[in-house]
Amino acid sequence: MDFGSLLVQQLINGVSLGSIYALIALGYTMVYGIIKLINFAHGDIYMVGAYVGFFAITVLGWGIFPALIVSMAVTGLLGMVVERLAYKPLRHAPRISVLITAIGVSFFLEYATMYFVTPTPRTFPDVFSSTGITVGGFVVNGQQLLIFAITLILMVILTYIVQKTKIGKAMRAVSFDTETAQLMGIDADRVISITFGIGSALAAAGGVLVGVYYNSIDPLMGIMPGLKAFVAAVLGGIGVIPGAMAGGLILGVVESLVSGFLSSTFRDAAAFAILILVLLFRPAGIFGTNTQEKV
Amino acid sequence: MAAMLEVNDINVYYGAIHAIKGISLTVAEGEIVTLIGANGAGKSTTLRTISGLLTPKEGTISFLGEPIAGVPAQEIVRRGISQVPEGRRIFANMTVMENLELGAYTRTDKDGVEQDYEMVFNRFPRLLERKQQAAGTLSGGEQQMLAMGRALMSRPKLLLLDEPSMGLAPLLIREIFNIIVDINQAGTTVLLVEQNANMALSIANRAYVLETGRITLSGDAKELAASEKIRKAYLGG
Repeated sequence: MDFGSLLVQQLINGVSLGSIYALIALGYTMVYGIIKLINFAHGDIYMVGAYVGFFAITVLGWGIFPALIVSMAVTGLLGMVVERLAYKPLRHAPRISVLITAIGVSFFLEYATMYFVTPTPRTFPDVFSSTGITVGGFVVNGQQLLIFAITLILMVILTYIVQKTKIGKAMRAVSFDTETAQLMGIDADRVISITFGIGSALAAAGGVLVGVYYNSIDPLMGIMPGLKAFVAAVLGGIGVIPGAMAGGLILGVVESLVSGFLSSTFRDAAAFAILILVLLFRPAGIFGTNTQEKV
Repeated sequence: MAAMLEVNDINVYYGAIHAIKGISLTVAEGEIVTLIGANGAGKSTTLRTISGLLTPKEGTISFLGEPIAGVPAQEIVRRGISQVPEGRRIFANMTVMENLELGAYTRTDKDGVEQDYEMVFNRFPRLLERKQQAAGTLSGGEQQMLAMGRALMSRPKLLLLDEPSMGLAPLLIREIFNIIVDINQAGTTVLLVEQNANMALSIANRAYVLETGRITLSGDAKELAASEKIRKAYLGG
Protein backbone atom coordinates (compact mmCIF):
# COMPACT_ATOMS: atom_id res chain seq x y z
CA MET A 1 0.00 0.00 0.00
CA ASP A 2 1.26 3.44 -0.82
CA PHE A 3 1.05 6.34 1.58
CA GLY A 4 -2.21 7.74 0.20
CA SER A 5 -4.20 4.55 0.40
CA LEU A 6 -2.84 3.75 3.85
CA LEU A 7 -3.98 7.19 4.93
CA VAL A 8 -7.50 6.70 3.61
CA GLN A 9 -7.72 3.23 5.15
CA GLN A 10 -6.62 4.59 8.51
CA LEU A 11 -9.18 7.38 8.24
CA ILE A 12 -11.93 4.80 7.69
CA ASN A 13 -10.75 2.83 10.73
CA GLY A 14 -10.44 6.05 12.71
CA VAL A 15 -13.98 7.14 11.99
CA SER A 16 -15.34 3.77 13.17
CA LEU A 17 -13.38 3.92 16.39
CA GLY A 18 -14.24 7.60 16.75
CA SER A 19 -17.95 6.88 16.36
CA ILE A 20 -17.78 4.62 19.41
CA TYR A 21 -15.93 7.27 21.38
CA ALA A 22 -18.51 9.81 20.30
CA LEU A 23 -21.40 7.63 21.51
CA ILE A 24 -19.79 7.31 24.94
CA ALA A 25 -18.65 10.95 25.04
CA LEU A 26 -22.24 12.14 24.53
CA GLY A 27 -23.28 10.64 27.86
CA TYR A 28 -20.35 12.28 29.63
CA THR A 29 -21.09 15.64 28.14
CA MET A 30 -24.87 15.55 28.67
CA VAL A 31 -24.52 14.57 32.31
CA TYR A 32 -21.84 17.20 32.86
CA GLY A 33 -23.98 19.80 31.13
CA ILE A 34 -26.89 19.15 33.43
CA ILE A 35 -25.39 18.46 36.88
CA LYS A 36 -21.71 19.38 36.40
CA LEU A 37 -20.61 15.86 37.26
CA ILE A 38 -17.86 13.94 35.48
CA ASN A 39 -19.57 10.58 35.70
CA PHE A 40 -16.57 8.29 35.94
CA ALA A 41 -18.87 5.28 36.04
CA HIS A 42 -19.94 6.00 32.48
CA GLY A 43 -17.33 3.70 30.89
CA ASP A 44 -18.68 0.86 33.02
CA ILE A 45 -22.22 1.60 31.91
CA TYR A 46 -20.91 1.07 28.38
CA MET A 47 -19.43 -2.27 29.48
CA VAL A 48 -22.77 -3.36 30.98
CA GLY A 49 -24.39 -2.40 27.69
CA ALA A 50 -22.01 -4.71 25.84
CA TYR A 51 -22.89 -7.59 28.20
CA VAL A 52 -26.63 -7.05 27.93
CA GLY A 53 -26.27 -7.17 24.15
CA PHE A 54 -24.07 -10.24 24.43
CA PHE A 55 -26.61 -12.17 26.50
CA ALA A 56 -29.50 -11.06 24.32
CA ILE A 57 -27.68 -12.54 21.33
CA THR A 58 -26.21 -15.69 22.89
CA VAL A 59 -28.81 -16.71 25.48
CA LEU A 60 -31.96 -15.38 23.89
CA GLY A 61 -30.71 -15.95 20.35
CA TRP A 62 -31.76 -12.52 19.12
CA GLY A 63 -30.42 -10.67 16.12
CA ILE A 64 -28.17 -7.65 16.38
CA PHE A 65 -30.89 -5.02 16.06
CA PRO A 66 -33.29 -6.28 18.75
CA ALA A 67 -30.26 -6.94 20.96
CA LEU A 68 -29.07 -3.38 20.42
CA ILE A 69 -32.45 -1.90 21.28
CA VAL A 70 -32.90 -4.05 24.39
CA SER A 71 -29.37 -3.29 25.54
CA MET A 72 -30.05 0.43 25.17
CA ALA A 73 -33.31 0.15 27.11
CA VAL A 74 -31.94 -1.98 29.95
CA THR A 75 -28.73 0.02 30.28
CA GLY A 76 -30.61 3.31 30.05
CA LEU A 77 -32.72 2.11 32.96
CA LEU A 78 -29.57 1.11 34.86
CA GLY A 79 -28.19 4.62 34.35
CA MET A 80 -31.38 6.06 35.83
CA VAL A 81 -31.21 3.69 38.81
CA VAL A 82 -27.57 4.62 39.45
CA GLU A 83 -28.49 8.30 39.35
CA ARG A 84 -31.41 7.80 41.70
CA LEU A 85 -29.51 5.74 44.26
CA ALA A 86 -25.99 7.18 44.11
CA TYR A 87 -26.13 10.76 42.85
CA LYS A 88 -29.55 12.17 43.66
CA PRO A 89 -29.04 12.01 47.46
CA LEU A 90 -25.92 14.14 46.88
CA ARG A 91 -27.62 16.84 44.80
CA HIS A 92 -26.67 19.54 47.29
CA ALA A 93 -23.38 18.03 48.43
CA PRO A 94 -19.99 19.43 47.36
CA ARG A 95 -19.02 18.37 43.85
CA ILE A 96 -16.04 16.39 45.06
CA SER A 97 -18.32 14.07 47.07
CA VAL A 98 -20.31 13.25 43.96
CA LEU A 99 -17.13 12.71 41.95
CA ILE A 100 -15.78 10.26 44.52
CA THR A 101 -19.14 8.50 44.56
CA ALA A 102 -18.90 8.16 40.77
CA ILE A 103 -15.56 6.42 41.14
CA GLY A 104 -17.15 4.12 43.74
CA VAL A 105 -20.02 3.34 41.38
CA SER A 106 -17.44 2.57 38.69
CA PHE A 107 -15.70 -0.03 40.87
CA PHE A 108 -19.04 -1.42 41.97
CA LEU A 109 -20.21 -1.97 38.40
CA GLU A 110 -16.89 -3.51 37.37
CA TYR A 111 -16.64 -5.99 40.20
CA ALA A 112 -20.34 -6.77 40.49
CA THR A 113 -20.28 -7.65 36.79
CA MET A 114 -17.17 -9.73 37.36
CA TYR A 115 -18.95 -11.60 40.15
CA PHE A 116 -21.86 -12.51 37.91
CA VAL A 117 -20.13 -13.19 34.59
CA THR A 118 -16.56 -14.08 35.73
CA PRO A 119 -13.55 -12.02 34.65
CA THR A 120 -12.94 -14.23 31.59
CA PRO A 121 -13.34 -12.32 28.34
CA ARG A 122 -16.28 -13.51 26.23
CA THR A 123 -16.22 -13.91 22.51
CA PHE A 124 -18.90 -11.76 21.00
CA PRO A 125 -20.73 -13.82 18.38
CA ASP A 126 -20.30 -12.94 14.73
CA VAL A 127 -23.76 -11.51 14.18
CA PHE A 128 -23.13 -9.15 11.33
CA SER A 129 -21.79 -10.23 7.98
CA SER A 130 -18.31 -8.86 7.58
CA THR A 131 -18.44 -8.75 3.82
CA GLY A 132 -17.94 -5.07 3.40
CA ILE A 133 -17.90 -2.87 0.39
CA THR A 134 -14.94 -1.69 -1.61
CA VAL A 135 -14.93 1.96 -2.59
CA GLY A 136 -12.20 2.94 -5.00
CA GLY A 137 -9.89 0.23 -3.69
CA PHE A 138 -10.58 0.87 0.00
CA VAL A 139 -12.26 -1.70 2.14
CA VAL A 140 -15.06 -0.68 4.45
CA ASN A 141 -16.07 -3.86 6.21
CA GLY A 142 -19.57 -4.74 7.30
CA GLN A 143 -19.05 -3.95 10.95
CA GLN A 144 -17.70 -0.52 10.11
CA LEU A 145 -20.75 0.18 7.96
CA LEU A 146 -22.93 -0.94 10.85
CA ILE A 147 -21.11 1.39 13.24
CA PHE A 148 -21.39 4.37 10.86
CA ALA A 149 -25.08 3.76 10.23
CA ILE A 150 -26.10 3.21 13.86
CA THR A 151 -24.05 6.14 15.12
CA LEU A 152 -25.46 8.44 12.47
CA ILE A 153 -29.04 7.39 13.20
CA LEU A 154 -28.60 7.78 16.96
CA MET A 155 -27.05 11.21 16.58
CA VAL A 156 -29.84 12.41 14.33
CA ILE A 157 -32.41 11.14 16.84
CA LEU A 158 -30.56 12.72 19.75
CA THR A 159 -30.24 16.07 17.99
CA TYR A 160 -33.93 15.97 17.18
CA ILE A 161 -34.85 15.20 20.79
CA VAL A 162 -32.62 17.91 22.24
CA GLN A 163 -33.53 20.62 19.72
CA LYS A 164 -37.17 20.01 18.94
CA THR A 165 -39.01 18.12 21.66
CA LYS A 166 -40.44 19.45 24.89
CA ILE A 167 -38.22 17.23 27.01
CA GLY A 168 -35.17 18.33 24.98
CA LYS A 169 -35.95 21.97 25.58
CA ALA A 170 -36.44 21.19 29.27
CA MET A 171 -33.03 19.49 29.28
CA ARG A 172 -31.39 22.55 27.77
CA ALA A 173 -33.20 24.82 30.21
CA VAL A 174 -32.17 22.79 33.27
CA SER A 175 -28.63 22.60 31.96
CA PHE A 176 -28.47 26.38 31.49
CA ASP A 177 -30.16 27.41 34.75
CA THR A 178 -31.77 24.77 36.94
CA GLU A 179 -33.54 27.15 39.28
CA THR A 180 -35.17 29.21 36.55
CA ALA A 181 -36.16 26.00 34.78
CA GLN A 182 -38.04 25.01 37.93
CA LEU A 183 -39.82 28.37 37.88
CA MET A 184 -41.10 27.37 34.41
CA GLY A 185 -42.69 24.30 35.98
CA ILE A 186 -39.96 21.87 34.89
CA ASP A 187 -39.32 18.98 37.28
CA ALA A 188 -35.51 19.15 37.27
CA ASP A 189 -35.09 15.77 39.00
CA ARG A 190 -37.09 14.06 36.30
CA VAL A 191 -35.13 15.80 33.54
CA ILE A 192 -31.82 14.82 35.15
CA SER A 193 -32.99 11.23 35.40
CA ILE A 194 -33.98 11.16 31.72
CA THR A 195 -30.61 12.67 30.78
CA PHE A 196 -28.84 9.81 32.54
CA GLY A 197 -31.15 7.37 30.78
CA ILE A 198 -30.41 8.76 27.31
CA GLY A 199 -26.65 9.06 27.96
CA SER A 200 -26.47 5.49 29.26
CA ALA A 201 -28.49 4.15 26.32
CA LEU A 202 -26.04 5.77 23.87
CA ALA A 203 -23.10 4.25 25.75
CA ALA A 204 -24.82 0.86 25.59
CA ALA A 205 -25.10 1.17 21.82
CA GLY A 206 -21.36 1.88 21.77
CA GLY A 207 -20.75 -1.21 23.90
CA VAL A 208 -22.71 -3.52 21.63
CA LEU A 209 -21.04 -2.07 18.53
CA VAL A 210 -17.60 -2.56 20.03
CA GLY A 211 -18.51 -6.17 20.79
CA VAL A 212 -19.43 -6.63 17.15
CA TYR A 213 -16.28 -4.84 15.96
CA TYR A 214 -13.61 -6.37 18.21
CA ASN A 215 -15.41 -9.66 19.03
CA SER A 216 -14.32 -9.63 22.66
CA ILE A 217 -15.80 -8.17 25.83
CA ASP A 218 -14.74 -8.31 29.48
CA PRO A 219 -15.82 -6.61 32.75
CA LEU A 220 -12.95 -4.10 32.66
CA MET A 221 -13.36 -3.18 29.00
CA GLY A 222 -14.99 0.14 29.95
CA ILE A 223 -12.03 1.68 31.72
CA MET A 224 -9.91 2.77 28.78
CA PRO A 225 -12.72 3.75 26.36
CA GLY A 226 -14.36 5.57 29.28
CA LEU A 227 -11.23 7.67 29.77
CA LYS A 228 -10.82 8.20 26.03
CA ALA A 229 -14.42 9.32 25.69
CA PHE A 230 -13.82 11.71 28.55
CA VAL A 231 -10.88 13.13 26.57
CA ALA A 232 -13.16 13.37 23.53
CA ALA A 233 -15.78 15.26 25.53
CA VAL A 234 -13.19 17.69 26.89
CA LEU A 235 -11.68 18.11 23.41
CA GLY A 236 -15.06 19.04 21.95
CA GLY A 237 -15.96 21.23 24.91
CA ILE A 238 -17.56 19.49 27.87
CA GLY A 239 -21.29 20.12 28.09
CA VAL A 240 -21.58 20.76 24.35
CA ILE A 241 -23.36 18.00 22.42
CA PRO A 242 -21.94 18.62 18.91
CA GLY A 243 -18.55 18.97 20.64
CA ALA A 244 -18.74 15.40 21.95
CA MET A 245 -19.60 14.11 18.48
CA ALA A 246 -16.69 15.98 16.88
CA GLY A 247 -14.29 15.26 19.74
CA GLY A 248 -14.98 11.52 19.50
CA LEU A 249 -14.38 11.44 15.76
CA ILE A 250 -11.19 13.52 15.96
CA LEU A 251 -9.82 11.34 18.73
CA GLY A 252 -10.60 8.14 16.83
CA VAL A 253 -8.91 9.44 13.68
CA VAL A 254 -5.81 10.65 15.56
CA GLU A 255 -5.46 7.28 17.30
CA SER A 256 -5.78 5.41 14.02
CA LEU A 257 -3.25 7.61 12.27
CA VAL A 258 -0.81 7.18 15.14
CA SER A 259 -1.30 3.40 15.07
CA GLY A 260 -0.95 3.30 11.31
CA PHE A 261 2.02 5.59 10.79
CA LEU A 262 3.94 5.43 14.06
CA SER A 263 3.18 2.50 16.26
CA SER A 264 0.03 1.24 17.96
CA THR A 265 1.97 1.39 21.24
CA PHE A 266 1.67 5.19 21.08
CA ARG A 267 -2.07 5.14 20.53
CA ASP A 268 -3.11 5.76 24.13
CA ALA A 269 -0.29 8.23 24.65
CA ALA A 270 -1.62 10.25 21.71
CA ALA A 271 -5.09 10.39 23.25
CA PHE A 272 -3.85 11.65 26.58
CA ALA A 273 -1.38 14.03 24.95
CA ILE A 274 -4.44 15.58 23.30
CA LEU A 275 -6.06 15.96 26.72
CA ILE A 276 -2.98 17.71 28.08
CA LEU A 277 -2.72 20.00 25.04
CA VAL A 278 -6.40 20.92 25.19
CA LEU A 279 -6.20 21.68 28.89
CA LEU A 280 -3.10 23.80 28.33
CA PHE A 281 -4.16 25.78 25.29
CA ARG A 282 -7.92 25.64 24.99
CA PRO A 283 -9.47 24.39 28.24
CA ALA A 284 -12.99 25.18 27.04
CA GLY A 285 -12.55 22.76 24.11
CA ILE A 286 -13.20 23.28 20.41
CA PHE A 287 -16.87 24.18 20.67
CA GLY A 288 -16.90 25.46 24.22
CA THR A 289 -17.04 29.06 25.24
CA ASN A 290 -15.10 30.35 28.20
CA THR A 291 -17.58 30.93 30.95
CA GLN A 292 -16.92 32.52 34.27
CA GLU A 293 -18.33 30.71 37.26
CA LYS A 294 -21.47 32.55 38.25
CA VAL A 295 -21.62 33.65 41.86
CA MET B 1 -62.48 40.09 50.17
CA ALA B 2 -60.34 37.13 51.19
CA ALA B 3 -56.68 37.52 50.36
CA MET B 4 -55.39 35.68 47.29
CA LEU B 5 -51.98 35.27 48.87
CA GLU B 6 -51.47 35.14 52.59
CA VAL B 7 -47.98 34.99 54.06
CA ASN B 8 -48.14 34.39 57.76
CA ASP B 9 -45.17 34.96 60.07
CA ILE B 10 -42.55 33.15 57.96
CA ASN B 11 -38.94 32.64 59.00
CA VAL B 12 -36.41 31.78 56.32
CA TYR B 13 -32.76 30.83 56.80
CA TYR B 14 -29.76 30.51 54.48
CA GLY B 15 -27.82 27.98 56.49
CA ALA B 16 -27.21 29.78 59.77
CA ILE B 17 -28.23 33.19 58.45
CA HIS B 18 -31.68 34.23 59.55
CA ALA B 19 -32.76 36.13 56.41
CA ILE B 20 -36.49 36.58 57.01
CA LYS B 21 -37.63 37.20 60.57
CA GLY B 22 -41.34 36.74 60.88
CA ILE B 23 -42.80 38.41 57.81
CA SER B 24 -46.55 38.53 57.24
CA LEU B 25 -48.22 40.07 54.22
CA THR B 26 -51.32 39.69 52.10
CA VAL B 27 -52.15 40.32 48.48
CA ALA B 28 -55.80 40.58 47.43
CA GLU B 29 -57.03 39.62 43.98
CA GLY B 30 -56.58 42.44 41.46
CA GLU B 31 -54.07 44.42 43.50
CA ILE B 32 -50.58 45.63 42.78
CA VAL B 33 -48.67 45.25 46.03
CA THR B 34 -45.06 46.28 46.32
CA LEU B 35 -42.32 45.26 48.67
CA ILE B 36 -39.67 47.95 48.95
CA GLY B 37 -36.48 48.21 50.92
CA ALA B 38 -32.72 48.45 50.69
CA ASN B 39 -30.37 45.89 49.21
CA GLY B 40 -30.24 42.82 51.44
CA ALA B 41 -33.43 43.60 53.32
CA GLY B 42 -34.90 40.23 52.28
CA LYS B 43 -37.18 41.27 49.44
CA SER B 44 -35.95 38.67 46.96
CA THR B 45 -35.82 36.02 49.65
CA THR B 46 -39.48 36.65 50.40
CA LEU B 47 -40.42 36.27 46.71
CA ARG B 48 -38.28 33.16 46.32
CA THR B 49 -40.02 31.63 49.33
CA ILE B 50 -43.45 32.33 47.86
CA SER B 51 -42.46 30.82 44.50
CA GLY B 52 -41.19 27.67 46.21
CA LEU B 53 -37.45 28.03 45.57
CA LEU B 54 -36.97 28.34 49.35
CA THR B 55 -38.88 26.70 52.17
CA PRO B 56 -39.70 28.66 55.30
CA LYS B 57 -38.56 27.08 58.55
CA GLU B 58 -41.60 28.42 60.35
CA GLY B 59 -44.81 30.07 59.27
CA THR B 60 -47.39 29.42 56.60
CA ILE B 61 -48.11 30.63 53.09
CA SER B 62 -51.47 30.11 51.49
CA PHE B 63 -52.56 30.82 47.95
CA LEU B 64 -56.26 30.72 47.03
CA GLY B 65 -56.90 29.05 50.36
CA GLU B 66 -54.39 26.23 49.86
CA PRO B 67 -51.17 25.96 51.89
CA ILE B 68 -48.14 26.23 49.57
CA ALA B 69 -45.12 26.52 51.90
CA GLY B 70 -42.80 23.63 51.10
CA VAL B 71 -44.50 22.84 47.80
CA PRO B 72 -41.76 22.57 45.11
CA ALA B 73 -41.39 25.48 42.67
CA GLN B 74 -42.41 23.49 39.60
CA GLU B 75 -45.70 22.66 41.33
CA ILE B 76 -46.39 26.23 42.44
CA VAL B 77 -46.33 27.45 38.82
CA ARG B 78 -49.16 25.03 38.11
CA ARG B 79 -51.17 26.54 40.96
CA GLY B 80 -51.01 29.94 39.24
CA ILE B 81 -48.00 31.84 40.60
CA SER B 82 -45.33 32.87 38.12
CA GLN B 83 -42.09 34.65 38.92
CA VAL B 84 -39.96 37.03 36.88
CA PRO B 85 -36.67 36.44 38.65
CA GLU B 86 -34.13 39.04 39.65
CA GLY B 87 -31.64 39.70 36.85
CA ARG B 88 -34.23 38.34 34.35
CA ARG B 89 -32.55 34.93 34.07
CA ILE B 90 -33.62 34.32 30.50
CA PHE B 91 -32.28 31.20 28.75
CA ALA B 92 -29.62 33.11 26.83
CA ASN B 93 -28.54 30.27 24.55
CA MET B 94 -32.07 29.57 23.36
CA THR B 95 -34.21 31.59 20.98
CA VAL B 96 -36.81 34.12 22.09
CA MET B 97 -39.53 31.72 20.93
CA GLU B 98 -38.04 28.80 22.85
CA ASN B 99 -37.97 30.94 25.99
CA LEU B 100 -41.67 31.61 25.57
CA GLU B 101 -42.34 27.93 24.90
CA LEU B 102 -40.63 27.09 28.17
CA GLY B 103 -42.85 29.65 29.87
CA ALA B 104 -45.81 27.61 28.63
CA TYR B 105 -44.21 24.34 29.79
CA THR B 106 -47.01 23.47 32.21
CA ARG B 107 -49.80 24.03 29.73
CA THR B 108 -51.61 21.49 27.62
CA ASP B 109 -54.25 23.71 26.00
CA LYS B 110 -52.65 24.24 22.58
CA ASP B 111 -55.12 26.84 21.35
CA GLY B 112 -54.85 28.87 24.52
CA VAL B 113 -51.06 28.82 24.27
CA GLU B 114 -51.21 30.07 20.66
CA GLN B 115 -53.47 32.92 21.79
CA ASP B 116 -51.06 33.79 24.56
CA TYR B 117 -48.07 33.94 22.19
CA GLU B 118 -50.09 36.50 20.27
CA MET B 119 -50.96 38.35 23.48
CA VAL B 120 -47.26 38.48 24.45
CA PHE B 121 -46.18 39.63 20.98
CA ASN B 122 -48.88 42.31 21.03
CA ARG B 123 -47.66 43.54 24.36
CA PHE B 124 -43.99 43.31 23.39
CA PRO B 125 -43.76 43.86 19.61
CA ARG B 126 -39.97 43.87 19.78
CA LEU B 127 -40.01 40.23 20.82
CA LEU B 128 -41.90 39.34 17.65
CA GLU B 129 -39.19 40.97 15.52
CA ARG B 130 -36.55 38.95 17.36
CA LYS B 131 -38.51 35.71 17.63
CA GLN B 132 -35.81 33.43 16.19
CA GLN B 133 -32.87 35.32 17.67
CA ALA B 134 -30.85 33.92 20.57
CA ALA B 135 -32.20 35.51 23.73
CA GLY B 136 -28.69 36.39 24.89
CA THR B 137 -28.33 38.86 22.00
CA LEU B 138 -31.24 41.02 23.24
CA SER B 139 -30.69 44.35 24.99
CA GLY B 140 -31.34 44.62 28.73
CA GLY B 141 -34.79 46.10 28.25
CA GLU B 142 -35.75 43.46 25.70
CA GLN B 143 -34.52 40.74 28.03
CA GLN B 144 -36.75 42.13 30.77
CA MET B 145 -39.68 42.06 28.35
CA LEU B 146 -38.85 38.48 27.44
CA ALA B 147 -38.67 37.47 31.09
CA MET B 148 -42.09 39.05 31.66
CA GLY B 149 -43.56 37.52 28.51
CA ARG B 150 -42.19 34.14 29.52
CA ALA B 151 -43.78 34.44 32.97
CA LEU B 152 -47.12 35.43 31.42
CA MET B 153 -47.09 32.31 29.21
CA SER B 154 -48.08 30.17 32.19
CA ARG B 155 -51.20 32.37 32.45
CA PRO B 156 -50.58 33.19 36.10
CA LYS B 157 -53.18 34.46 38.54
CA LEU B 158 -50.41 36.09 40.55
CA LEU B 159 -47.29 37.54 38.93
CA LEU B 160 -44.20 38.01 41.10
CA LEU B 161 -41.76 40.58 39.75
CA ASP B 162 -38.28 40.86 41.22
CA GLU B 163 -36.55 44.19 40.48
CA PRO B 164 -37.82 44.72 36.93
CA SER B 165 -36.09 48.13 36.79
CA MET B 166 -32.64 46.72 37.53
CA GLY B 167 -29.99 48.05 35.17
CA LEU B 168 -32.43 49.79 32.83
CA ALA B 169 -32.42 53.38 31.55
CA PRO B 170 -35.10 55.67 33.06
CA LEU B 171 -37.17 55.78 29.87
CA LEU B 172 -37.23 52.00 29.66
CA ILE B 173 -38.16 51.73 33.34
CA ARG B 174 -41.14 53.96 32.64
CA GLU B 175 -42.14 51.69 29.74
CA ILE B 176 -41.78 48.50 31.80
CA PHE B 177 -43.86 49.95 34.65
CA ASN B 178 -46.60 51.02 32.23
CA ILE B 179 -46.69 47.44 30.98
CA ILE B 180 -46.97 46.15 34.55
CA VAL B 181 -50.03 48.36 35.05
CA ASP B 182 -51.48 47.05 31.77
CA ILE B 183 -50.93 43.47 32.80
CA ASN B 184 -52.61 44.17 36.12
CA GLN B 185 -55.58 45.83 34.44
CA ALA B 186 -55.94 42.80 32.19
CA GLY B 187 -56.66 40.78 35.35
CA THR B 188 -53.36 39.57 36.76
CA THR B 189 -52.58 40.30 40.39
CA VAL B 190 -49.04 41.63 40.91
CA LEU B 191 -46.56 41.41 43.76
CA LEU B 192 -43.64 43.67 42.91
CA VAL B 193 -40.27 43.82 44.62
CA GLU B 194 -38.32 47.01 43.92
CA GLN B 195 -35.39 49.09 45.06
CA ASN B 196 -36.75 51.92 42.97
CA ALA B 197 -39.31 52.86 45.63
CA ASN B 198 -40.48 55.95 43.78
CA MET B 199 -41.58 54.04 40.70
CA ALA B 200 -42.97 51.12 42.69
CA LEU B 201 -45.10 53.33 44.96
CA SER B 202 -46.40 55.26 41.95
CA ILE B 203 -48.14 52.20 40.48
CA ALA B 204 -48.94 50.12 43.58
CA ASN B 205 -52.14 50.02 45.61
CA ARG B 206 -50.40 48.99 48.80
CA ALA B 207 -46.82 48.66 49.97
CA TYR B 208 -44.70 46.95 52.60
CA VAL B 209 -41.34 48.32 53.69
CA LEU B 210 -38.73 45.71 54.53
CA GLU B 211 -35.67 46.30 56.70
CA THR B 212 -33.19 43.54 57.56
CA GLY B 213 -35.71 40.75 57.36
CA ARG B 214 -38.63 42.52 59.07
CA ILE B 215 -41.57 44.56 57.84
CA THR B 216 -41.25 47.98 59.43
CA LEU B 217 -44.05 49.84 57.68
CA SER B 218 -47.04 49.00 55.54
CA GLY B 219 -50.07 50.68 54.13
CA ASP B 220 -51.56 52.55 51.22
CA ALA B 221 -48.91 53.24 48.57
CA LYS B 222 -49.88 56.90 48.09
CA GLU B 223 -49.81 57.55 51.82
CA LEU B 224 -46.44 55.87 52.21
CA ALA B 225 -45.05 57.85 49.31
CA ALA B 226 -46.12 61.00 51.11
CA SER B 227 -44.80 60.05 54.52
CA GLU B 228 -41.76 61.88 55.84
CA LYS B 229 -39.99 58.71 56.97
CA ILE B 230 -40.20 57.01 53.60
CA ARG B 231 -39.21 60.14 51.71
CA LYS B 232 -36.07 60.44 53.81
CA ALA B 233 -35.06 56.78 53.69
CA TYR B 234 -36.01 55.67 50.19
CA LEU B 235 -37.03 58.53 47.99
CA GLY B 236 -33.98 60.72 48.33
CA GLY B 237 -35.48 63.52 50.39
